[in-house]
Formats: sequence, C-alpha cells, structure tokens
Amino acid sequence: MSVTLDDVRHIASLARLGLSEPRAEALVAELNTILQHMDVLSEVDTSTVADESITSVSGAAPLRLDAGPPIPLARSREAMAPRMQDGFFLVPRLSTHEDLEASS
Amino acid sequence: MSAPRDDPSSLAGLSAADLAAAVARGDRSATQVVEGSLQRARDAGAGRDGLNILLYEDADAASRDHGTSVGVAPGPLFGVPVVVKDNIATTAMPTSCGSRILEGYVSPYDATAIVRLREAGALVIAKSNMDEFAMGSSTENSAFGPTKNPLAPDRVPGGSSGGSAAAVAAGIVRVALGSETGGSVRQPAAFCGVVGVKPTYGRVSRYGLVAFASSLDHIGVFGRTVDDAALCLQTIAGFDPMDSTSRAEPVPDYRAGARSASKGNDFRGIVVGKPKEYFPDDLDSRIREKCDAALEHMKQRGAVIRDVSLPHTGLAIEVYYIIAPAEASANLARFDGVRYGLRIEGHGLRGMYEATRSAGFGAEVTRRILLGTYVLSAGYYDAYYRKAQQVRALIARDFSAVFDSGVDLLFTPTTPTTAFPLGAKSDPYEMYLSDIFTCTANLAGVPAMSLPIGRIDGLPVGGQLIARHFGEQGLFAAAYALELALGEDALR
Repeated sequence: MSVTLDDVRHIASLARLGLSEPRAEALVAELNTILQHMDVLSEVDTSTVADESITSVSGAAPLRLDAGPPIPLARSREAMAPRMQDGFFLVPRLSTHEDLEASS
Repeated sequence: MSAPRDDPSSLAGLSAADLAAAVARGDRSATQVVEGSLQRARDAGAGRDGLNILLYEDADAASRDHGTSVGVAPGPLFGVPVVVKDNIATTAMPTSCGSRILEGYVSPYDATAIVRLREAGALVIAKSNMDEFAMGSSTENSAFGPTKNPLAPDRVPGGSSGGSAAAVAAGIVRVALGSETGGSVRQPAAFCGVVGVKPTYGRVSRYGLVAFASSLDHIGVFGRTVDDAALCLQTIAGFDPMDSTSRAEPVPDYRAGARSASKGNDFRGIVVGKPKEYFPDDLDSRIREKCDAALEHMKQRGAVIRDVSLPHTGLAIEVYYIIAPAEASANLARFDGVRYGLRIEGHGLRGMYEATRSAGFGAEVTRRILLGTYVLSAGYYDAYYRKAQQVRALIARDFSAVFDSGVDLLFTPTTPTTAFPLGAKSDPYEMYLSDIFTCTANLAGVPAMSLPIGRIDGLPVGGQLIARHFGEQGLFAAAYALELALGEDALR
C-alpha cells in the first residue's frame, strides 16, 4: 500500500490540518517511507490473538462511577474567561452562517 | 563541560532523602534550597540561551508549596526541589508541551502527581523542555529550541523528557518528573547518565498529564541515584479515582525494600534473563561490553544469568509507530483554536481550525497526526491499527512467558547508541529506532528502569532492568545492588 498526494490531502482534511503544496508533496515521501516498514506486520500470524486480549494489563481500564468531588480549580471560572458581561462568558465568534455554508 | 560532581560539603550533594531531613532539621530553609537550585541552573547555563533545559521557573515555590505543609509533619520530600516536564499540568507555571499551540497556557488544576509531590513537601521549581507533545527522542522537536546534553553540549540529551534528564544531570535537582510513551524517560536517562524509571501502566495517575497516546502514556521519574528515584516514585504512586486506568495495588516501601532485599549488595536467588533480541550481532561492541560487565557483577553476587528470547521484539517499533500516532491523532484533535491556546483566524470555522493547527503544530507532530489519521481511516484500519494491536498482544505475551518461566528480571542495553550529535538524525524512521529497546515495555505495560553502567568516550551508557507488572520493588532492589556493585565503574 502506498500513499498518494490525494491521500495526503484527504487525511489532512480529516485531521483539519492545512498543508502547503510543497509540504504535502514532501509528506507523501515521508509517510511512504515510514509505512513501508510497517508492512512487515502483515506477515505475522496473529490467529491466536482474540480481540478482547489486546490490552496491556488485564483489568487496567475499569469504568468508575461518574461521580465524585468537584475538581478544585486554581482560579475562578470568571478569571479564566476571555471576557465577562452580565454574568455571561463572551467568547470569540466561531463563524457566521455564511462561513458554515462555505466550509460544509 | 562535565556535570558537576556531588559536593558532600554542600546541600547540593545530598540525596533527596538527606536533603529533606536537613530542611526538616532547619539546616537550610526552603527558600535557600530553591535559590540554590535556581543558582545552579544559572551556573550550568540552563536557560533558553544556553543548554535550554528549563522553560519556566517558579522562584516563589518555597512560599507557595510549603504553605501546603504548614501544621503537618515534614513529608518525605520536605524542601526537596523538583523539576517537572512541560506536559504535566501545574497551576503555578505554564504547561505548553513544548508547543506553540499551547504557549503560555496555564492549567486551572494541578496533576495528581504534582499534588502528591506538594503534599510530601516537595518544591516544584521549574518546567523542563521537551519534544513537542512528547513526540521525539532527542528534545530537538521543541518549539522553544533544542535542549543540549549537559555532559556534551554538542549532543542531544535524548527525549522526549530531555529537559528533566538534563536538569538532574546538570545538578540542578536530585529528582525530576518526565513522561514515557515509548521510552521518553529511560532513553534520556541513559544519554544523560542518570536513573530513569517507567512504572507499571496504572501505577502512577495520568490525571493532568497531557495525553499523547493514552494506552502507552506513563508518568515516570528521574533520580541522580536509584534511591532518589525510588523516593520520588514512592511519593507519586498509588490509586487515583481521577484516572480510570489507575490501579489500586498497594505501594510497597521501595527504598526500604531495596535496601533490605538486596542486603546492600546481593543478587542471591535472582534469575536475570538476557534476551537475545536486545543483543543483536550489530550492537555496538562497546555497549555490549558494558552490559556484559554489569551482568558479570550480578553473577558474581549470586544472580543466575539465563539466556532468554522475546521473539516479537523486532516488531515493536512498527507496532508502536502505528498505535501511538493513531491515539495521538484522536487526542490532539482537541487543540483546535476554540478551547486552548493559539487561535489563528481563517475563512470560516474549518479555515480557523486548519490555520490554527498548521501554525501551532511542528513538523513531527503534523507527521504523526497524519500517520495516525491514515492508519485509522476506512480501508486501512484492519491492515494497520487492528493488526498492530494484535501484534502488541504477542509482545505482551512474550514478557509474560519469560516471567512465568522463572525469570525475575530482564537486563538489556537501554539504547543502541550513546547520545548522538545535535542534528544528526534527519530521517524520521532513523530517529524512531532510538526507542528500539525501550518501547516494548510501554507496549506491554511492564515496569522498567535505566541506570548508568559505564561510559564510552565520556558519554554515558544505560543498562535497562525490566520486571513483571507491579514488580517495581524487585526492580529497585536489583538496581540498588547493581549501582553499589558498579561504584565508580558507572562513571568510566
């Protein structure tokens, strides 16, 4: 399997990364060089490995109750906000409706 | 330039435990200790114009951190200064992960490891340089410039926790915190001639550690000596409800256990495995000789040395560089210009995301996000990510099989080379190979440690000990005994 320039553009779009054309072209070679080494894995017999056994430590990721004390914060919420007005947080506008249509 | 040797006549030469005792007795104030450490940092040229070890300093650490100890008995790190890697959340200093995208970001809470250090009386005096988001093996990928090795400033200190390793090597502090995803504590420890420990996955809470690859990330410790590292790990280890991967295993007294179990200098009854895959034919013969000499020390003191095999070791780099970027591509999605740090306006919402992330992330982080996105994308998931997870299970089985066969510990070189010159490795895959002997322990979740076992042309060589899950006590006992046995040999 080899990565093409279109692949790099596609995954950069998925990852929300803007790339210049020269950088995208360089990444084609870089990713192909790295992935070439990964192809050795396809030759490994993994038929004895069940999907449920692919954690590093048995029982290492138990779920906990979604409860507990509040996280103590070093500063008030207000102090961390960019601006406050009448008890509300004022944050930069993310986009306009026109922008959303253009980027969808 | 060489690292300052311990000066017994000053507090700078005291172990972390002895320094804590001296401060508790009132021999020195916490303020004097902090000033002393920061003065040593200045003397060593640790600032951004010099070795570039420290990114942020907190000259008020004594008044701030010791405020938490008022009215309680002095803790085990009372008055001991600590340097912390820049990806561990602190409220008193920025946490920028060596990245432009988080430059100047100050966390609203302290990581659990920081809280435990402060409760033990430690003074968190500085944040150390690192490869951006811990992606690198040389600390050259920092947005704030490379860190230089205090023992040889034309060479790298290793990475990604190179700043913390260099802080200990330069004599600024006796203990420091780093983080590991594929060897980022042990490899710089080896390059800088200090002790570095990666505990069992789940042994130390990751709450407040900025996530890189969550199934591989660990907080680890650096120490000038095995005893220093044991005291530091002892302090931060243990269950934390804020990290769902944290384990409720009891934390033994590593220091007392090490002294008692090793009887100072004894390997009787210990079976040490020498895995052949870590001693390939093309291994630098001088590193092989140092390892063989360390094994001989263990043998002379009663250890049984057994040749063993971990047959899937040769696949570890490939597995690691699929799983880690895959997890990173998801974890780093949160840095989008909305919630944290840098924001660059662009055309529309997507334009803002792309402009922010492109300006904020460096070349290696960008490369790994793209690699991770690719191996997780439709059509490639099974061939890369799922396959890598399956081979990871085989690597973990290798360790279980060896330990179940009666082997107590494994001994290997920590790295295939000594510290390499700055700028020497421009090919990404060649840099990835720096982790070849360390990333297996992260994939399997087992504890491992690097300690100095000698020098080649003045550059330190690290020997690696690996134990079964939650076998840190045995690790420290063996490392303590080996450190005693090697003595001055570790410096030549």
